[in-house]
Amino acid sequence: MKIEGQVRIPSGCAISAAISKDGNKMSGEMIINSIKPMHDRSNGLGGGFAGYGIYPEYKEFYALHMFFDSRETRKECEAFLKERFEIVHSEVIPTRKIPAITAEPIIWRYFAAPLKSVLVSLQLEEKEFVAKTVMKINAEMPGAYVFSSGKNMGAFKAVGFPEDVGVFYKLEEYEGYSWTAHGRYPTNTPGWWGGAHPFTLLDYSVVHNGEISSYDANRRFIEMFGYKCTLQTDTEVITYIMDYLLRVQELTLGETASVIAAPFWSTIAAKTDLNAQKKHTYLRTMFPSLLITGPFSIVFGFEGGLMALNDRLKLRSMVVGEKDDKIFIASEEAAIRSMEPNAENIWSPAGGEPVIVNVKEGAF
Amino acid sequence: MSIEFIYPEFEVIRNENRCISCRVCEQQCANEVHSYDEKHKIMTCDDSKCVNCQRCVSFCPTRALKIVKSDCTLRENANWSAQTVKEIYKQANSGGVLLSSMGNPKPLPVYWDKILINASQVTNPSIDPLREPMETRVFLGKKPSKIQRTKDGALDCKLPPQLELSMPVMFSAMSYGSISYNAHKSLALAATELGILYNTGEGGLHEDFYCYGENTVVQVASGRFGVHADYLKAGAAIEIKIGQGAKPGIGGHLPGTKIVGDISRTRMIPEGSDAISPAPHHDIYSIEDLRQLVFSLKEATEYKKPVIVKVAAVHNIAAIASGIARSGADIIAIDGFRGGTGAAPTRIRDHVGIPIELALAAVDQRLRDEGIRGNVSLVVGGSIRNAADAVKAVALGADACYVATAALLALGCHLCSTCQSGKCNWGIATQRPELVKRLNPEVGSKRLIHLMTAWKHEIKEFMGGMGINSIEALRGNRLMLRGIGLTEKELEILGISHAGE
Amino acid sequence: MQIIDAANLDYRAVNEALRGTGSDYLIEGCLGQRFIAAGMSDKNLTINGIPGNALGAYLNNANITVNANAQDAVGDTMNEGKILIHGNVGDTAGYGMRGGKIFVQGNAGYRAGIHMKAYKEKIPVMIIGGHAGSFLGEYQAGGVIIILGLHKDSKPIVGNFPCTGMHGGKVFLRGTCEDIHFPKQVTARHADTKELEEIRKYLAEYCSDFGYSADELLSEPFTVITPDSKNPYKQMYIAN
Repeated sequence: MKIEGQVRIPSGCAISAAISKDGNKMSGEMIINSIKPMHDRSNGLGGGFAGYGIYPEYKEFYALHMFFDSRETRKECEAFLKERFEIVHSEVIPTRKIPAITAEPIIWRYFAAPLKSVLVSLQLEEKEFVAKTVMKINAEMPGAYVFSSGKNMGAFKAVGFPEDVGVFYKLEEYEGYSWTAHGRYPTNTPGWWGGAHPFTLLDYSVVHNGEISSYDANRRFIEMFGYKCTLQTDTEVITYIMDYLLRVQELTLGETASVIAAPFWSTIAAKTDLNAQKKHTYLRTMFPSLLITGPFSIVFGFEGGLMALNDRLKLRSMVVGEKDDKIFIASEEAAIRSMEPNAENIWSPAGGEPVIVNVKEGAF
Repeated sequence: MSIEFIYPEFEVIRNENRCISCRVCEQQCANEVHSYDEKHKIMTCDDSKCVNCQRCVSFCPTRALKIVKSDCTLRENANWSAQTVKEIYKQANSGGVLLSSMGNPKPLPVYWDKILINASQVTNPSIDPLREPMETRVFLGKKPSKIQRTKDGALDCKLPPQLELSMPVMFSAMSYGSISYNAHKSLALAATELGILYNTGEGGLHEDFYCYGENTVVQVASGRFGVHADYLKAGAAIEIKIGQGAKPGIGGHLPGTKIVGDISRTRMIPEGSDAISPAPHHDIYSIEDLRQLVFSLKEATEYKKPVIVKVAAVHNIAAIASGIARSGADIIAIDGFRGGTGAAPTRIRDHVGIPIELALAAVDQRLRDEGIRGNVSLVVGGSIRNAADAVKAVALGADACYVATAALLALGCHLCSTCQSGKCNWGIATQRPELVKRLNPEVGSKRLIHLMTAWKHEIKEFMGGMGINSIEALRGNRLMLRGIGLTEKELEILGISHAGE
Repeated sequence: MQIIDAANLDYRAVNEALRGTGSDYLIEGCLGQRFIAAGMSDKNLTINGIPGNALGAYLNNANITVNANAQDAVGDTMNEGKILIHGNVGDTAGYGMRGGKIFVQGNAGYRAGIHMKAYKEKIPVMIIGGHAGSFLGEYQAGGVIIILGLHKDSKPIVGNFPCTGMHGGKVFLRGTCEDIHFPKQVTARHADTKELEEIRKYLAEYCSDFGYSADELLSEPFTVITPDSKNPYKQMYIAN
């Protein structure tokens, strides 16, 4: 059977997220609990989490989370990494054996910084170099797969139901100021761990629900800029689009949302704010191939914040709630209530209207 | 008869029981097929002059007429087809180069017919285009590679000049001279009403049509007919015509018989003179010279107009397009080998160039491989026959399509393929005043508007079925296409999977 | 007179300056800037230095004087106005020219006057003082081309294949041109009095521009080339 990357596999999903605007730490256990009430939105073929602020002791280093299919692949990949990075710490990611999660690959993490001399000789900026290296490994090194590559953050994913994946990775032992979770409902997959979500690049992570109809238009455009969509999943291409618009084009989060979930032309024409009209017309004309159509709700994680966004027709469900310094986002209200029974101001953002939450400067 | 005799290709069948000798057929036929026999009080005909344009059939009030292919045959020979043999007779009789009109009629592969379109089922929803928003608006033009901000950090919303189309279709180049004033007017009126563009072709622009400039592409071809600063400024965009799908690599030749009256004035050549367009632009002998012509046009119009470079689909089209994309052009138009023409040597028309489907797929992929797809928009033509062809073209990677033959059919053309004679009974490819007036521009434009409105509905139905509600999400979305009955190589070039994969 | 110092300007900047409100301009230090005065009207422009290709393309009604040689495609598709070159011009001068005048004191390169056209009284005129390269007046559909051969430096007055595909207009070559081979579909003969009278006004203007004597020029015989047919390729095709 073909795995992600060899064939395109559509999936439906459950998502949830929580963030503290004050940068207060939350245990991973809470996010595991949030995904439980949405059990039926997953089918046991993938689950995953991303936590921000979880590696304070190594926050200056890129945390590379990797799957390997064999010891040899790991050795080979480590040699490759050592030519490019200073690795300050490496270890097996701690897991616990549970009956629900089987056939795990070799799972390691590396805390690393690119070698200055390499950056100078390649004339590359640090983030660009790390992104390129990750894509090179994922595209060209069979059996090795980087599934997380940001600083002071990490993704944890596996084949299984998400609540089991959380237990497997001992997430209750981690504390972060921001968490996202994903339960996957792929139409078919032999169960490859790399195919689970969240999908990440650098500190960007995406959990996503829905199958987008613009996939190949988006993919073929974004691949012009050095991205390689090796998994053929929506989440992967959305992550690359976000990276391109935010990091390469230096758009703001709001502008980025206006590109990928652009208002309809008729909506733009009806805007009374002429500057807004001009801006939307410009962004749609400038980046037509990065409009995402079809159903999606995404939670986009980054260092110091989250953005939630629905497609412009709002074909997927998403609710937001808050309590004190915390904001909760999920496919269903029940997930929010499981994290915070007294959550307030429960509301559903309109299609194409981004919800952007930033942690206070200095608190992360 | 003699050795020069070739049996007429068509037979005019008249049902004598129905014919009332009203002589309408006689009046309608500029080829003088029909005549009235005063002595016997009956209609007679000369089959040898019939081109099967169906004008008499359409206007016979009693449906007494039909035109059939003659069943007078040569001895059958799979190697020497009747067509091949007759062409040899014609050349032996005359010493002439065979001249034909309209597109390549040979049974070569039509890839559009071997590509199937996707639809959503369960995993994501189809969208009902009648009730939900469905966007077909397209902007053609260069998209800068990086955004700019003003000093205060706001987005600098300036863009290079863009053409806005309400749907991804334009009427492609047909010159005033090769087609009539009324045909041009029909196209201009329809383009304006539809919010799309029509194209002057290489014969200049009649001053009556300057008022439709916002919906006009003005063309600059090697003959430079009717090209001057006001003409360049009149249009919404300027197209440099390098080549045409029906006759790649050769020039144009409008016979002197069509250079009459206003056509002579618009083209600035004396009445009765042939209008000859050289094979190349003689100021473009190399790709850097193209850049010179592109920028001379931009300078003359102060960078307010996008420049289109139109080329025929030839073997090395991907590399050529890449060169054009680096030459300052805003839009590349590619014309496939089934594209129509007012006149082309038969051999050239039928044997030179490649199908637009393969050319488009190769060009779009090459421009992406080189990271310069955003430098240019891609417009493709060369027999886009219906909305399905248009949808497939966009999904393969086109920004928009050029349509000409379908537009002529809407105006009444019956594809008799004898435009070069100047005796078009439908008032399209003719300059004879009594024939031109048969095409009423109000009626013609209405029929064009009907056709395009219907296509637009169909395009939206396709999009809705795929769960796509904006045309830009369809562009280059090859996952929405599957091949049927194609070889591995063909699929590889088209960049699509086989049905069932 | 406004002076544009072109030393550090690209062609876009030069044209931008020319589009100003003034009508008289002097460009100093020109070095290869293309498209100068493209599509412009109502300007009097003098250029010191070497203008780039496509000088005066689509020129609408402006006067350009160049005090040196000019490069390729001078007066490309020019409509009205006058270009005066105190030197030589490169290839394809006056391509598709449909009105106005190009007067060159020196020589012209290949394909001068290619596809010049005319309509009624709107007749473009190109006069070359020296010799012209091959394919002079190719596809010519109208207008007048005059080659004077004033400083031949042992080269023939015109190169190979002059007037191929010519189907309108006239070419005048000073001299008897007995050694020049013309294609079949044109006729070359001595210009008669009427024809010489026809070009006298052009020559008079040319001579006053460059300081020659028209009478002296006209004292030698001229050869005139005209097409035999407006439809040179009519017999070539058979409907299929």
